[in-house]
Amino acid sequence: MAKLEIENPIVQVNNLKFYYPGNARALHGIDIAFPEKQVTALIGPSGCGKSTLLRCFNRMNDLIDGCRVEGDVIIDGENIYNRNTDIIELRRKVGMVFQKSNPFPKSIYENVIYGLRIAGEKDRSLLDERVETSLKGAALWDEVKERLHESALGLSGGQMQRLCIARAIAVNPKVILMDEPCSALDPKSTARVEDLIGELREDFTIIIVTHNMQQAARVSDNTAFLFEGNLIEYGLTDQLFVKPRNKQTEDYITGRFG
Amino acid sequence: MKKLPTRVKYWRIGEPMVWLSGAALTTTLLTAIVLLIVIMVNGLGVFWPSDIQLLELKDGSRIAGTLTRTEPTADKSGLRRQYKIANRDLYGLDFRWIDEAQIAHEEIPANMLTLERMEYGDFYGTLKSLGHAGQQDPATFAQLESALAVVKADLDGLKELEEKLTAASYRMEKLRLKTLKLDYNKAPADNPERLEIESEKEQIKAEFADLLEVQLSRTAKVREATAVFVSGDGREKEVVLADIVRAYTPNQMSVTEKILFYAGKLVELFIGEPRESNTEGGLFPAIFGTVMLIFVMSLFSFPLGVIAAIYLREYAKEGLLVRIVRIAVNNLAGIPSIVYGIFGLGFFIYGIGHSIDTLFFPERLPTPTFGTGGLLWASLTLALLTVPVVIVSTEEALGAIPREMREGSYALGSTKFQTLVRILLPMASPGIMTGLILAMARAAGEVAPLMITGVVKLAPALPIDGNFPFLHLDRKFMHLGFHIYDIGFQSPNVEAAKPMVFVTTLLLVLIVLVMSSVAIRLRNKMKKRYTFGTF
Ligand SMILES: Nc1ncnc2c1ncn2[C@@H]1O[C@H](COP(=O)(O)OP(=O)(O)OP(=O)(O)O)[C@@H](O)[C@H]1O
Ligand SMILES: [Mg+2]
Repeated sequence: MAKLEIENPIVQVNNLKFYYPGNARALHGIDIAFPEKQVTALIGPSGCGKSTLLRCFNRMNDLIDGCRVEGDVIIDGENIYNRNTDIIELRRKVGMVFQKSNPFPKSIYENVIYGLRIAGEKDRSLLDERVETSLKGAALWDEVKERLHESALGLSGGQMQRLCIARAIAVNPKVILMDEPCSALDPKSTARVEDLIGELREDFTIIIVTHNMQQAARVSDNTAFLFEGNLIEYGLTDQLFVKPRNKQTEDYITGRFG
Repeated sequence: MKKLPTRVKYWRIGEPMVWLSGAALTTTLLTAIVLLIVIMVNGLGVFWPSDIQLLELKDGSRIAGTLTRTEPTADKSGLRRQYKIANRDLYGLDFRWIDEAQIAHEEIPANMLTLERMEYGDFYGTLKSLGHAGQQDPATFAQLESALAVVKADLDGLKELEEKLTAASYRMEKLRLKTLKLDYNKAPADNPERLEIESEKEQIKAEFADLLEVQLSRTAKVREATAVFVSGDGREKEVVLADIVRAYTPNQMSVTEKILFYAGKLVELFIGEPRESNTEGGLFPAIFGTVMLIFVMSLFSFPLGVIAAIYLREYAKEGLLVRIVRIAVNNLAGIPSIVYGIFGLGFFIYGIGHSIDTLFFPERLPTPTFGTGGLLWASLTLALLTVPVVIVSTEEALGAIPREMREGSYALGSTKFQTLVRILLPMASPGIMTGLILAMARAAGEVAPLMITGVVKLAPALPIDGNFPFLHLDRKFMHLGFHIYDIGFQSPNVEAAKPMVFVTTLLLVLIVLVMSSVAIRLRNKMKKRYTFGTF
């Protein structure tokens, strides 16, 4: 298996195994590391465990009753599967953007500061400022600055997804997980979100799951190819797409299967 | 493309199903509408002042009355009419059937008047004379009206006196309870508090006696004014003016006057006190009791149901136990409501109520304070009855929230409780409101459990008044649903009470309608705020 040598990874995964309820193993011992302030794409055929892996990084899988995790995930020097990990703290450090945009039925303003509000932030001027920087960071400010206090449900699908990104960056995470963030968007909105990802990598580490090879090639620095719960190949995006070392990877990216 | 036979096409389009479901809907709607129409037709006409007819029968007798119904005679040879002839004290009956064939002559004399009396129902007849202490002089209707106005003013003055008397006896009762407490605590006869109470008692007693004397003499004086009326068949009847609630001449009234009269009666219905074992007068105490009951019931069942549903849906681990609980909750709705009533009687009244009495009011025993039916216990019983509705709808509303919402909230570092309060409950609120609406409608229509947990035919006082602590949830109360049962089936004069049954029903339906529409408006507002626009 091809492995990428990474110095000072922000996320380090060692021999991660994941079992869904009923002992259905979805990940068979993954070893991978993600470099800081870069975009890493996870690709692979449907059902290979991309989402499962991604959701291990912010312990979203804890919501599933009866699932089991083995191995280590070390984020920022701490094993998040330690007994005494503060999940709230972890999720603030590791933000997530979902496939289907999920703005809360609140105003745009309240959506953006949701993470701060539940953390107990009350300083009005700080909240105002954070709304502006986050929305600007998500390239949404110009479109919504006039209607910050209107319902977020009145936005277009692409705007909603960018709002979800703004919501995620408002709490200043270190890592942002994105699970097929553009799969429900039209090409134009997709292009905007892709541009946005390019900008966000200045400040954040981004791990993105995508089914779109072109997208992975466009936005990511590194790419990992997963297949049936195993990491098959991991390397610089430029190399992996141009000269895959593994036959399965080649088959997949050339569209011969999957 | 192959052309399909029409029969096959007919089935494929699914037209029979459209017809079937349409028919089902229509049937339901029609039944409901017919029911409403029957209630409205019978209920709305009750207060309309209809003309009094004077009939001369072939056998020479004369009858005055208002036409209530016409139907074919038993042998189908002609028609017969039902008249309300009133004058219960003279005839013993309020209604009479008359064959049209027997009627020789009929007219609508202008001088016919209707008296609404405190007792014996209406009186139909003509005015002969007005008098005072045995002396009678011929009089006109206008003179009668002014005499009635004078009497009314006097009666209002008496009412103030009455209120003072009630207040005095209320204070007396308080003192009696205090004495009871002292007795119970074995306070010596020269206890200073006891002496104080005694002197106060004496004072109130004296006050009471004075008031009573004034009241008696003034009442006697007011009751001296009388009038003599002549019934349709020529019999004379002397009526004390103070007993006349209202006198009017329907045959002379124009349509506008009749409408005004009707409105006045409606106002009386809403704010007046009942008369004549509830078959006449207003329904205010019953309306108040009903609304209050539903309100207090919601106060209990709403939080209880919502919190239970939250536990079931959000916190309990999905398993056999939760499934059993869920089935049990659903089945609670199938238990006859009278069983809830018996449970309320046994558990709330005899159990909790009696314990409260032994703990806090031991001196009053064996007279119960909370150990008897009352608004609180009836509300709790109804709350128990309606809580499954709230639980089921809340659970459904919570379950219908897409998983992404919860995940989105958790992913931003919120706790389970924060997610619940900030995201889930607001989003579920329209569904929860629906449950509350259903629960309220259900509660408004229940009578059986109330009959053994605190409803009464005639409550001496409202559950809210000016005496500390203002809200008296231990008091017995009146209720529209029970009112219907009581006057419709328990009153001595069912035929005369029938109009009131319809009016009360109409009112109950109206109250449910008003409360539901307020709740529905609220729900729509929430819905607008918390549901998704389309992408
Ligand atoms: N909640 C669950 N319970 C049991 N098995 C699950 C659950 N979620 C996913 N799986 C299984 O785990 C495996 C990996 O699923 P995962 O969602 O990670 O795939 P994926 O790579 O994200 O696929 P896609 O590209 O279609 O989103 C699949 O075989 C799936 O059936
Ligand atoms: Mg997936």
